[in-house]
Amino acid sequence: MRLLTHNFLASNMKGVSTGYPLGLEVVKSTIKEVELNADFLRGILPKLDWRALAAATSAAGYPDLLPAEQPSEAEFFAEGAAEFEDSPIRRLHRALLEIHIDEGTLVCPESGRTFPIQKGVPNMILHEDEVRA
Amino acid sequence: MPRPEVQAPPEIFYNEVEARKYTTSSRIIEIQARISERALELLALPDDGVPKMLLDIGCGSGLSGETLTEHGHHWIGCDISKSMLDVALERETEGDLLLADMGEGLGLRPGVIDGAISISAVQWLCNADKSSHEPRLRLKAFFGSLYRCLARGARAVLQFYADNVKQSEMLVSFAMRAGFAGGVVIDWPHSSKAKKSYLVLTCGAPSVNTSLPKGKGQDGEACSDDDDDDDSDDDQTVGTYGRDRMKKRQKVNKNNRGKDWLLRKKEQMRKRGRDVPADTKYTGRKRKSRF
Ligand SMILES: C[S@@+](CC[C@H](N)C(=O)[O-])C[C@H]1O[C@@H](n2cnc3c(N)ncnc32)[C@H](O)[C@@H]1O
Repeated sequence: MRLLTHNFLASNMKGVSTGYPLGLEVVKSTIKEVELNADFLRGILPKLDWRALAAATSAAGYPDLLPAEQPSEAEFFAEGAAEFEDSPIRRLHRALLEIHIDEGTLVCPESGRTFPIQKGVPNMILHEDEVRA
Repeated sequence: MPRPEVQAPPEIFYNEVEARKYTTSSRIIEIQARISERALELLALPDDGVPKMLLDIGCGSGLSGETLTEHGHHWIGCDISKSMLDVALERETEGDLLLADMGEGLGLRPGVIDGAISISAVQWLCNADKSSHEPRLRLKAFFGSLYRCLARGARAVLQFYADNVKQSEMLVSFAMRAGFAGGVVIDWPHSSKAKKSYLVLTCGAPSVNTSLPKGKGQDGEACSDDDDDDDSDDDQTVGTYGRDRMKKRQKVNKNNRGKDWLLRKKEQMRKRGRDVPADTKYTGRKRKSRF
């Protein structure tokens, strides 16, 4: 699971009101490089929960990858920024699309219920008594 | 062979053996790819070349998602069968996978998804596979959560196999109740094999174009003896229920017997030679209770 997916996930158990961001505990993560697409990132940016992304990036073992505060759009999309190894957009790209959580746990922020991640796949299936009626 | 849905719950039916059989059949691979292409076409994403974040509901071993990847999109897939997801992992599908039951509602933040497809999966929701399963509640949870996680104006295209008209209507009615506009597009309605039904749904924003696209092979030569859709005034699609029409449809009493039902019943009685009052605009109207 990529951190982009983690950023969009929520817990929808009975009794939980917003259910995100889900806590993330990481046992194993890997990096798989993919091509950067600035237009895709531009579309995603307004939907991101930045704090959750920064926290998840740290949890995955990259505490210095993202700043605590979200850089401005101008900083992200400055001319030629994507060419620089260390530019904000490169870092964002790495955080969202290249880090994969292979083994770990998701934690519902309200109920504390944990959801195991195995082979990169979170198990979000609820028990009968956790399903909203 | 009876449909998988009537044989066993999905997580049991799609066990290791079945998941592998499913994903190595060149016939199935080809059919699923073709349906997925069509679903993506019906999704009508903006033609701007920018990759989108999509959802594949009941993604299985990733056959449908592969089509999304080929078109350059990112996707999140969810499925209730671990064996199917294991095959997806083996095949190194590009999408991120979740083990999840759509009938429990999708656990996603509001408004983050650009479009959703589901290929040959949502009909499972019409079954009660466990004693705790109430199809109506599961349909409500599913469509409600799908509506919430989609960006305003985004679409969902759900290809399904319904056992009967009732199931198809049930899917449509729960989608409408969740707030979607849209209806069912049927391709090749005159062919028992090629016929495919797509629930095409648009989320929110009444300004966006919510008219239904045309099904394929509608002007087919063969006369349709299996087409018994009597109240369809539109040959292109079946059940072009906009929100307004749905509101009317919901005017039914507790037993689900609205005007349409009444009219059909009266027609049946007439055919049997009974004396039945003529149909008027008052037929099936609610009467004021008198004291
Ligand atoms: C016929 S397969 C289609 C898989 C894939 N979409 C494709 O085109 O190859 C149907 C899939 O729906 C999944 N499914 C059935 N009920 C489900 C549910 N309640 N939640 C999630 N997935 C479900 C099954 O596990 C199965 O993988």
